[in-house]
Amino acid sequence: MKLTHESIEINAGLMVALVMLAITIGGLVEIVPLYYIEDTVEKVSGIRPYTPLEQRGRDIYIREGCVTCHSQMIRPFRDEDMRYGHYSLAAESKYDHPFLWGSKRTGPDLARVGGKYSNAWHTQHLNNPRDVVPESIMPAYPWLLKNELGYSDVADRMRALKMVGVPYSETDDEYVANVKQFGEEVANMLDINRAEENLVAQAQSQNYDGNRKRLTEMDALVAYLQVLGTMVDFSQYDEGYFATFR
Amino acid sequence: MVQGAVANTQYNYEIVKKFAIMSLVWGVFGMSGGVYIAAELAFPFLNFDIAQITFGRLRPVHTSLVIFGFGGNALFATSYYVVQRTCQTPLASNWMAGLTFWGWQAVLFLGVLSYMNGIVDSSKEYAEFPWYLDILIAIVWIAYFAVFLLTLLRRSQPHIYVANWFYLAFILATAILHIFRNLSVPVGLFHPDSYSVYAGVQDAMVQWWYGHNSVGFFLTAAFLGMMYYFVPKQAGRPIYSYRLSIIHFWALSFMYMWVGGHHLHWTALPDWASSLAAAFSIMLLMPSWGGMINGIMTLSGAWDKLRTDPIMLFMITALSFYGMSTFEGPMMSLKSVNALSHYTDWTIGHVHSGALGWVAMITFGSLYHMMPRLWETRLYSTKLVYVHFWLATIGIVLYISAMWVSGIGQGLMLRAFDQYGNLAYTFIETVSFMHLPLVVRMVGGMLFVSGLLLMCFNIYMTIRHAKHEQKAIEEAQLAAKLARAGV
Repeated sequence: MKLTHESIEINAGLMVALVMLAITIGGLVEIVPLYYIEDTVEKVSGIRPYTPLEQRGRDIYIREGCVTCHSQMIRPFRDEDMRYGHYSLAAESKYDHPFLWGSKRTGPDLARVGGKYSNAWHTQHLNNPRDVVPESIMPAYPWLLKNELGYSDVADRMRALKMVGVPYSETDDEYVANVKQFGEEVANMLDINRAEENLVAQAQSQNYDGNRKRLTEMDALVAYLQVLGTMVDFSQYDEGYFATFR
Repeated sequence: MVQGAVANTQYNYEIVKKFAIMSLVWGVFGMSGGVYIAAELAFPFLNFDIAQITFGRLRPVHTSLVIFGFGGNALFATSYYVVQRTCQTPLASNWMAGLTFWGWQAVLFLGVLSYMNGIVDSSKEYAEFPWYLDILIAIVWIAYFAVFLLTLLRRSQPHIYVANWFYLAFILATAILHIFRNLSVPVGLFHPDSYSVYAGVQDAMVQWWYGHNSVGFFLTAAFLGMMYYFVPKQAGRPIYSYRLSIIHFWALSFMYMWVGGHHLHWTALPDWASSLAAAFSIMLLMPSWGGMINGIMTLSGAWDKLRTDPIMLFMITALSFYGMSTFEGPMMSLKSVNALSHYTDWTIGHVHSGALGWVAMITFGSLYHMMPRLWETRLYSTKLVYVHFWLATIGIVLYISAMWVSGIGQGLMLRAFDQYGNLAYTFIETVSFMHLPLVVRMVGGMLFVSGLLLMCFNIYMTIRHAKHEQKAIEEAQLAAKLARAGV
């Protein structure tokens, strides 16, 4: 049988098969190697999963769609280095399910916003951005201070994240492994069995929203913002070390 | 004529009518939503401190309603229309087609409610639906594929017409993209939140593999299917080159899937992946322009129609915008250009020259062609089509020029240094600079929406007249019957 394009045009099954072949190759070639090429994620220490309070803050960040206007991905350019800090590493989002790199900067990048402003500034800014930046076009989020933080499901959330690969611990063995990898202090925070008490304790001790009496959504969101980009100590690494991974 | 009438009654046009009307309904909501969030950026008091209507929550409402509501319903409508007519057979399953209709409207309605109440996967752009709606979408899509394929298999023609190739590729690709993008673990069986199975750099690559190909297959291949049927029909000429359609179909299907990584230039994605994506993006110019040329040249020998037929104007302008944005796209995928354009309004402008210029214009043209035929009547007013055309065209031009100004302007300001090597501008200074272009963009959007509202009025009057005509015919038939019976 002579194979011409007509053979495809008169055979719906063959057309389906060939279209499937044509459209799957590109994705396979570009996605699968990212799991197997070791240099894809840099070898760097200090990066840990989020604490329960930070994770709840991250959930709120996603709920409010902050990512539609704020990226978390600094590019290796001089102006971005001066404005935001060291360019972002793949390793810094290796526990991020989902990633929040963003695609648009209607507001500035937030990849290294942690520690740049005080908790009080963030609380005031989120409550009404124009109180601290008069020209800002960001919406106000007054309900973050009013809403009590829901955290009864935080252990379930950590279990779901554990299923997709985040090293939260539930058994003793997992806890021991975490102590070895992250140190005891961090491992305690990653223990699902202590999730709720850890969450309350962190909010109490840091008092992000300026009101110890209440545990609000503002506490969680500010806790998340304050940890962004702070996990890697770049002074430990030679200039150019990270370039070898690009 | 008698034969045609018989065939018409056999086709399932009811489902096509429903989808076509819902396309316009969701289009009005989606595009008005777009104008509203554009206004929020220019005048932030419009957020009114109400959680449900802040920019962050309304933005996915706008994108989903426009892509899946307006575009999706138009694709269901036209694909069911085209596959029946070109295969000369009715739909294989009416109940399954009905399932796709009600399922799809449910997805859109529940999606809007979810987003506004903060149940949203906001980092998965154009796939923000919560996990339970993702499952519903998958069911609808499987039914859609079944209806489409089974109808193809019942065709009374040996050949599958080229428009159906594109619809088929769109259905298959969307299924794969949707399923693999949304793999995630729910927090609980009765919990609306879920976490993506991919993390960080892999999640980013999966996202833009999905994101760019929902542009490539949902918003391009599928609408090319529309183009391949309605442009030759409206022009009354055969497609310019059959060979060109074969080449550009396979090239487009193969190459599109490689280009998503160009959204991740200069990020933590390894250079090899984004460079490979950029190389394919540049090559993609060829099949894209192949499609544009094939569409526009179909009019050769009938160019006078541009003077007399506003529907043709819509279609040819759509193809011109398609050519423009498929040139701009590869250019923006060059690393040096992308360094400036990425993260700015230039991207937004580029998307809208494709979405308003290509997708919406070819849809308007096709619906103006198809809807009077569905109701077996003539369009209420051709003049209003002209007015719609100019409102839409001027609206788009204002929109994309404003975005060039604000995007390129902001990009240049952010990378400017003063004589001492310090940053010349703070971020907030670029925000102030963008106020005027953001207002102009909002006005452009308003013009575009007012054109759509005119179209809705025109279609409404068309259907009303058709119903009157139908009633008159039925009365005349009854009278004739009675006369024959000698009553």
